[in-house]
Amino acid sequence: MRFEHPATFNPIDQLKVIGHPTSRIEGPLKTTGTAPYAYERHDVVPNQAYGYVIGSAIGKGRIAAIDLEAAKGAPGVLAIVTAENAGKLGKGERNAAPLLGGPEIAHYHQAVAIVVAGTFEQARAAAQLVRIDYAKGDGRFDLAAGRDEAIAPHPSFGGPADTAVGDFAAAFAAAPVQLDATYATPDQSHAMMEPHASIAAWDGDKLTVWTSNQMIAWGAEDMAKTLGIPRDNVRLVSPYIGGGFGGKLFLRADVLLAALGARAARRPVKVALQRPLMFNNTTHRPATIQRIRIGAERDGRITAIGHESWSGNVSGGEPETAVSQTRLLYAGANRMTATRLAALDLPEGNAMRAPGEASGMMALEIAIDELADKLGIDPVALRIANDTQVDPEHPQRKFSQRQLVQCLNEGAARFGWSKRNPKPSQVRDGRWLIGMGVAAAFRNNLVTKSAARVRLDRQGRVTVETDMTDIGTGSYTIIAQTAAEMMGVPLEEVSVRLGDSDFPVSCGSGGQWGGNNSTAGVYAACVKLREAIAQKLGFNSAEAVFADGVVRSGNRSVSLAQAAAGGDLVAEDAIEYGDLAKTYQQSTFGAHFVEVGVDADTAEIRVRRMLAVCAAGRILNPKAARSQVIGAMTMGVGAALMEDLVVDKRHGLFINHDLAAYEVPVHADIPHQDMIFLDETDPISSPMKAKGVAELGICGVAAAVANAVHNATGVRVRDYPITLDKLIAAMPV
Amino acid sequence: MRSFSYERATSPGAAAAAAAGTANAKFIAGGTNLLDLMKLEIETPAHLIDVNGLALDRIDETADGGLRIGALVRNTDLAADRRVRRDYAVLSRALLAGASGQLRNKATTAGNLLQRTRCPYFYDANLPCNKRKPGSGCAAIGGFSRQHAVIGASEACIATHPSDMAVAMRVLDVVVETVRPDGATRSIPIADLHRLPGDSPEIETTLQPGELITAVALPKPVGGTQAYRKVRDRASYAFALVSVAAIVQGDGTGRVALGGVAHKPWRVEAAESELPRGAKAVTARLLADAKPTKDNAYKLPLAERTLAAVLREARG
Repeated sequence: MRFEHPATFNPIDQLKVIGHPTSRIEGPLKTTGTAPYAYERHDVVPNQAYGYVIGSAIGKGRIAAIDLEAAKGAPGVLAIVTAENAGKLGKGERNAAPLLGGPEIAHYHQAVAIVVAGTFEQARAAAQLVRIDYAKGDGRFDLAAGRDEAIAPHPSFGGPADTAVGDFAAAFAAAPVQLDATYATPDQSHAMMEPHASIAAWDGDKLTVWTSNQMIAWGAEDMAKTLGIPRDNVRLVSPYIGGGFGGKLFLRADVLLAALGARAARRPVKVALQRPLMFNNTTHRPATIQRIRIGAERDGRITAIGHESWSGNVSGGEPETAVSQTRLLYAGANRMTATRLAALDLPEGNAMRAPGEASGMMALEIAIDELADKLGIDPVALRIANDTQVDPEHPQRKFSQRQLVQCLNEGAARFGWSKRNPKPSQVRDGRWLIGMGVAAAFRNNLVTKSAARVRLDRQGRVTVETDMTDIGTGSYTIIAQTAAEMMGVPLEEVSVRLGDSDFPVSCGSGGQWGGNNSTAGVYAACVKLREAIAQKLGFNSAEAVFADGVVRSGNRSVSLAQAAAGGDLVAEDAIEYGDLAKTYQQSTFGAHFVEVGVDADTAEIRVRRMLAVCAAGRILNPKAARSQVIGAMTMGVGAALMEDLVVDKRHGLFINHDLAAYEVPVHADIPHQDMIFLDETDPISSPMKAKGVAELGICGVAAAVANAVHNATGVRVRDYPITLDKLIAAMPV
Repeated sequence: MRSFSYERATSPGAAAAAAAGTANAKFIAGGTNLLDLMKLEIETPAHLIDVNGLALDRIDETADGGLRIGALVRNTDLAADRRVRRDYAVLSRALLAGASGQLRNKATTAGNLLQRTRCPYFYDANLPCNKRKPGSGCAAIGGFSRQHAVIGASEACIATHPSDMAVAMRVLDVVVETVRPDGATRSIPIADLHRLPGDSPEIETTLQPGELITAVALPKPVGGTQAYRKVRDRASYAFALVSVAAIVQGDGTGRVALGGVAHKPWRVEAAESELPRGAKAVTARLLADAKPTKDNAYKLPLAERTLAAVLREARG
């Protein structure tokens, strides 16, 4: 189905199932521990052996020699695979550094070997007997030092390296009020609960991998390419995923090494990346340095806005596109952005929840707060004054929907923003200095092809199959809701099967595109199935009504079970998009309000209240969507206050590589969270009239926290995370 | 993890004798620290002596009015003991500030005292660490040292002792009771239990090879207002950046020990005479010889401010 024109009334608009706060249909499996995650799939293939991954002990250089003898002789060892004996390997499209390193080492903890043994303990013990001599090379591990040599990268996913409208330099110079500030965001880790894990089994030259991956088709394609085998010989299965956040978008070392280990050991092999490897072996959100310049009239109207960002990556890696939101969020006639990429030898940087905007909003939304300070204008009012209903670079291009102002106003009213004292460090509650902060939330809505297959059986049950994944987001449930709505059956009559490369290729889970696109693909397949059923029954498909498990047309009515009495009826289709994403700008909006307390003695920062107001198209399942947003808000608190992959610039690694040293929020850090969705349907986005929401929730949160800390203390911290050591000198005596 | 042999000890004396008589032996109780380190091969014992079966899990009243805490009393049980809560509140509070509920259920009193540093360089076997591999150097010096020691450190090691409980015990002046391989027992004031790193940071206590902690004796209650204040980036489940254990008497005198600043719980009795003059005067003496790094210099004002807050609260 091609989606070329704005959606009109369709069966989804009945909202009998869609739009209801339905609990997750797979929830009971998860709460009872019976949803099998990759590493637990003991039953899918017999005789599973265990792999243990060895990561490089150096950040840059070469392997001079590997001695496997002692390890080979260790109890239970079946095989050891290194780059030396793995055979010729290709490389997937979507990873920059090779997933099996050697002799060249691209980054710390790059996998250099897998030891396969009969038990996990044997594999782990033998791995310690592998002797590797390294020749350490000189690496580049310091973004600030590499900033001057950073290059304009090839236009990537996030847009061109340079953009310009009007005359930024002249307008900025002429502006009566100017802000010029530089911000820094650190490297961050996805730190999902389930590590990357895979079980690989060969059957002749055909490979099946049970894994944990957000993008099944990408993974299967890159796996085939890396192994140099036909794509059709690779099957990836990933029905349940214990968190991904972008860290599982791509083929990673666990999949490849399980396959290589299984080939060498002639047995199925299971691999889970050890937790201490997760931080340097896999991808991470790259650190940025961001310079923002804003010129404004005294009434607050922005006349010039410029945003430059520097990030680093391994050779072949992409930049963090931290400037992208600045092209769209606020009005202003004169604009520029620049994205620069420094060559670094740290582990590979790549997408993490809201790549681009999450980092960019951390800086931009402090800058707006600083500008409000300079202007003496309330930061909510300043944002409203600079709202735009059109793409500021292309004013003929409207936003499909844009309720930023409504989000800000609604949030301000609900949060009690009018009680905020604009003068910093005025409000006390016992030993706590209290402050409030606000930030806009912004994240683009991406549309991309997504397919599904729908089957009606003679019991009247509907089964949906698509390689879409559920990374804890609620995909199973919203897909079931979509099929139930379309086919006129109760939710219980729908089965959803996900995450298998034998199923039609979906959009997958990433970039907050999963919800809207995957359900739109199911919509397309259901339209086709309705036609097939109508045709089978001799109904005019345009007049057929599907409700209560029955198809009606005129005075005829047939149950769905009856319609399929002669055999399953199956339809497969994809949603494909025309030019609406070009003619309209599709984005999602929100406003974050945060109240913090800063301990006047110790400068410890604790969040006291949070509110997010979001406008993100039709909310397919308010319960699942709310969970996404409050989870993202939690992640935003982590970004604001603690998450920091610390670079050891001498040894070239993220040194705090476990969950004791890389802190993410715990329950005690998260107070009561409120979040509301504004009513919105977006007929430009898809037949579902929905948009993404899971990444919107993190964009702006950290800046709202930072702005609240400033309001509480008067200290403006421009390098994240905001920790007490950065405040303590300014605490009251 | 290296292969190891395993035995269950039948008595404290037998455990100590076995430990001394077996090469590279270790005691195991709760295992919350040791097992993690064994998986990473930071600890590689050849033999484990499981002491969990020894009847050292009681809290008994002593003749001098104090309490004897068995070495195997779990952190959860110790923190919840009514007598501890009433008479040694600083200890109960320190315990509850540490780790998580699950860990406290497993972790023992003696094990908590003997837990090893959380320095990230200690935890990465690819990098130099004199504590893990004597003579290899200290990667924390010149590296990421935000959490590290500001006082009592050496050119060989700037690690901190991570325990909260031990800081409270230091301020309470507990006495550690042990049995040695020859069956003799001795009592070690906690001030003498932990060592500064010097040039042998791998040796962390004054315990002799095979010597087993059997109990910790709390002196008779010292009264006063007792506080334990732990400062950290996240609200729970994090090691202290700085912690303060304090006992403040009605007349303004008292005791103070710091956590998170040194290789051992940090207490300088002479500094306590400054208590009536306030936190600044106390910390000026307590941390007089501090040599912080750029990353952890904040601990000095933080310690002073935290102590000031504790004193203010204690004095109402």
